[in-house]
Amino acid sequence: MKHALALLILLGSLSPAVIAKDAQPAAADPVLEERVMKLSKELRCLVCQNETLADSRADLADDLRNQIREQMKSGKSDKEIISYLTARYGKFILYNPPVDPTTYLLWFGPFVLLLAGLFVLFRYLKQRRELIVEQPLSAEERSRAETLLKATPEKETA
Amino acid sequence: MSRFVIPLVLFVVLVVFLAIGLGRDPHEVPSPLINQSAPHFQLAQLKDPSRTFSGDEMRGKVWLLNVWASWCITCRDEHPLLLEYARSKAVPIYGLNLKDKPEDALAWLGELGDPYVLSVSDLDGRVGIDYGVYGAPETYLIDRNGVIRFKQIGPVTPDIWTQKILPLAQKLNSGN
Repeated sequence: MKHALALLILLGSLSPAVIAKDAQPAAADPVLEERVMKLSKELRCLVCQNETLADSRADLADDLRNQIREQMKSGKSDKEIISYLTARYGKFILYNPPVDPTTYLLWFGPFVLLLAGLFVLFRYLKQRRELIVEQPLSAEERSRAETLLKATPEKETA
Repeated sequence: MSRFVIPLVLFVVLVVFLAIGLGRDPHEVPSPLINQSAPHFQLAQLKDPSRTFSGDEMRGKVWLLNVWASWCITCRDEHPLLLEYARSKAVPIYGLNLKDKPEDALAWLGELGDPYVLSVSDLDGRVGIDYGVYGAPETYLIDRNGVIRFKQIGPVTPDIWTQKILPLAQKLNSGN
């Protein structure tokens, strides 16, 4: 039983290496590989759009990672590689949307909504305060209040 | 009165936004290559690997580059339409056979028919990356000066063909 379990664990640990045949060049240079992974975490896989290039197992993601690896090997900077990719796939490939006119609404929309909310809130509060502001008593009201105030102690003592 | 108007306006705005969102395909990413020069390629021809073909040879002509592969399921749906478009001789269709085994690709064409003037083999998908391909089939309409004028991601449906590609190709062909 123990042996079977050990074998199973061994098999389990082996299989990713067997499946990921495309990742073979990985072991060659861990520093390079780390750079590839770091950059591909900032890039979107266009096949499965909610995944980064680093996480995706799509064929295209593999190819693009290989592209990135090759270009890094040939000495290109991260910036150059990003511009290479955006020239082909557009800004959508950037997982972090850049601030530009097409994304203004995305970046600043929430703040605009917040400001609009605050404006509405303050206007409402001001209106309310105006409604409950103390009105000075008219002469008639004052005299009525005075008679009431005078009357009460008598009632209490009576 | 305004108690009802404001929520109603907000509701209508929300509905409009949602309706627009429903009508759009999130998988369609606008290509930065539109109105840019088509990336250069020179690849071996599928049917005669000893000969190459380059997009540059098409200067002076309006043509379509269709990205396909035998492993691409949607390409199979698109294929009969391509055959029909090719028969109409409106625009010459060239094929970019993406990351395919040439023998599989040839068998596919043998079985289903060949709409392409010729196909080239992009074995490692490098040209596909240059063209920003992320989901075959994809089709590019390229003008006489080698500029990409239209890109269809996914199959070229009859609607796309009659409403987008044909009119644009005719315009490009008649213009200078």
